[in-house]
Amino acid sequence: MKIALVGNPNCGKTTMFNHLTGSSQYVGNWPGVTVEKKEGRLKGHKGVIITDLPGIYSLSPYTLEEVVSRNYLINDRPDAVINLVDATNLERNLYLTTQVVALGIPVIIALNMIDIVRKSGDKIDIKKLEKEFHCKIIETSAVKAIGLMDAAKMAVRLAAAEKTHQSFALFSKKVEAALSEISTLIGDRAMPEQLRWYSVKLFERDQKVLDAMQFPDSLLQTIESIIVAAEQEFGDDSETIITNERYDFIDEVVSDCVRKAGKKLSVTDRIDQVVTNRFLSLPIFIAIIWLIYYISVTTVGTFVTDWTNDTLFGNWLTNGATQLLTSVGTAGWLISLIVNGIIGGVGTVLGFIPQMMILFFFLSILEDSGYMARVAFIMDRLFRRFGLSGKSFIPILISSGCGVPGIMATRTIESEKDRRMTIMLTTFMPCGAKLTIITMMVLTFFPGSSWIAPAMYLLGIAMIAMSGIILKKTRLFAGEPAPFVMELPAYHLPSLKSVLLHMWERSKHFVIKAGTVIFLACSLIWFLSSFSWRLQMVSNVEASMLASIGHMISWFFAPLGFGTWKGAVASISALAAKENAVGTLAVLNGVSDTANSHALISGIGSMFTSVGAFSFMLFNLFNPPCIVAMSTTAKEMNSYKWTAIAIGYQMALGYGIAFVFNQLGRFLLLGKSFDVGTALAILLIAFVIFLLFRPAYGSHPKAEKIVDGLEASR
Amino acid sequence: MKTLKDAQPGDTVRVAGILGEGALRRRIMDMGITRGAKVTVRKVAPFGDPIEITVRGYELSIRKSEAENIELS
Repeated sequence: MKIALVGNPNCGKTTMFNHLTGSSQYVGNWPGVTVEKKEGRLKGHKGVIITDLPGIYSLSPYTLEEVVSRNYLINDRPDAVINLVDATNLERNLYLTTQVVALGIPVIIALNMIDIVRKSGDKIDIKKLEKEFHCKIIETSAVKAIGLMDAAKMAVRLAAAEKTHQSFALFSKKVEAALSEISTLIGDRAMPEQLRWYSVKLFERDQKVLDAMQFPDSLLQTIESIIVAAEQEFGDDSETIITNERYDFIDEVVSDCVRKAGKKLSVTDRIDQVVTNRFLSLPIFIAIIWLIYYISVTTVGTFVTDWTNDTLFGNWLTNGATQLLTSVGTAGWLISLIVNGIIGGVGTVLGFIPQMMILFFFLSILEDSGYMARVAFIMDRLFRRFGLSGKSFIPILISSGCGVPGIMATRTIESEKDRRMTIMLTTFMPCGAKLTIITMMVLTFFPGSSWIAPAMYLLGIAMIAMSGIILKKTRLFAGEPAPFVMELPAYHLPSLKSVLLHMWERSKHFVIKAGTVIFLACSLIWFLSSFSWRLQMVSNVEASMLASIGHMISWFFAPLGFGTWKGAVASISALAAKENAVGTLAVLNGVSDTANSHALISGIGSMFTSVGAFSFMLFNLFNPPCIVAMSTTAKEMNSYKWTAIAIGYQMALGYGIAFVFNQLGRFLLLGKSFDVGTALAILLIAFVIFLLFRPAYGSHPKAEKIVDGLEASR
Repeated sequence: MKTLKDAQPGDTVRVAGILGEGALRRRIMDMGITRGAKVTVRKVAPFGDPIEITVRGYELSIRKSEAENIELS
């Protein structure tokens, strides 16, 4: 038996779902899209599966979440629907209900947040409301766990009875007449209980339904003539007629069933008077962000990450494993694989987890409390210019600590186009590991320079902005910006349970999915750097396969100014973890301890020119991030094509920026003569300027652009 | 004709109709901004866009470019 939870965003649906299913949930994606799909078994009813549909406002054909929900409700036909309605916001919530009751599936309305309504003194006449919507209503409070199980049990009973929901007339007589004409026409082409749904959708000229039904032209023409007749009578288009009449119906019902206790300034209003105040909002915003960043990235986060990396993995586990393996007489190569390859590599990755969990903890609080919507409200203006949205701010900020949680934080962006672009660009922000590369290069070539490190962050921001402008003009991201008609939900005190659950869900996926990829990658790099082609273990990296691969591909890096095998090998190993760039250079220069900076500085200093060093740094900052971040990208994009596009673009940008810098630097700073490379660099800059200022893709009429936009967002 | 973009913070206005087409127009209507609905402009975001409005008893953020599609009576 399948029961679906349907409701607006922020109506308490997730809290209810967690309560009903406990720990038996499975979180995945709906097929082919990045919309989250959650399922779980109802506590105490093994045979009942509850599906938490995405939070939606309507069942229109225009947004991914709505289409996913519609398809599920129409094609998979759950046995009952629990429609969660926020009782403090009846009008807009019941709008979805007017659509859900037309599906022919038994519906229970869970009138949620009833505790807040009672406290405010408002009275809702439940009996009347039940009669108007022809279905059972249960009063619930997801946060206080009131009535949730009752609603679920009622749904189970209803589903077991196998009755369909009786549709009822809620539109005006004229519209109902048109609808019944349509339903007579299509009567033999749809299931009787879905007839109402299809009639309304056809009347609205819902493109998705029209495509799916594949009616003969003659039938379509007859239906069209019915619609046109109604439109002429109303002087409006059919979609507007339906929407208006739904809200008219709700207006009437609400004025009949609800007695307001009189208006007071709500808590949310009072908070927002301060928090989104024109003058105070920015300082408050900066203070909150700084606090989160300070706790999760700089202080506590760094402390636990360092402890996990240096003490737990770097010391206890490494030494323990070495001792244990030695004592049982394990072969030297196996110890090396386990200790250096696996514990070292996977440990580095797992070291990020405590930090990530702390960060996700705070992010969940921001989201659950309703502040995240205010962040988007405040920042939208700035980010929209670059084809991003206000919600891109948080991921980019987090990426300055670590790109992996940064990419994962894009989950809060609803528009798939914005989300993809944010994933692609967010890792241009130098992360903590990249900072070690910057520090090393500054120490070696530009000692005492205080402007290079901040300049790299600014350059990162500039690259995000530039890429945003360029990409938004390409076919991939073309089209109207996603509507930013966004609810600013009432503030809630988030419940600890749901915050922790949120945090755990995100971290768990990272551990499992990324863990497997990273494990393989680390083993591979260890293997290549510890063995020669004859598969003999080597103690000197110079004799390893990795070195000869470095020799083979060093030509690729020559135009960037560091075409030595060492530079090549360092750049490859930086893909495993960015700080490896420095570590590898240390090893290749025969410095066993990266802390021994004098030896390292002179070693690296002899490898590069200052221009080449800067170029090496730029390349490693802007080419694709480490394997962990790349596998997270793949997971979050949930598409091979988009993963390839993202990593391809990052590769092109990293190579391009290092190329331009090196070629121009050689000519301008090192006094080399003007050659093909210099000319190519100038051409490349001209090309980028062209990309920045050319007209956007498809500057044809609006309607087509929207279609393109929808296609691009698939 | 006056649109919601022209309304100032503190103004309470009535919607006459929604311009445009497709996804944006439907979204605006789905959120309860339909003909005859009462809308109060609350404030403008610190960088001058978007604006915050109250409609049907809840708070909504909408860009000025989108508010331009909402005609007032």
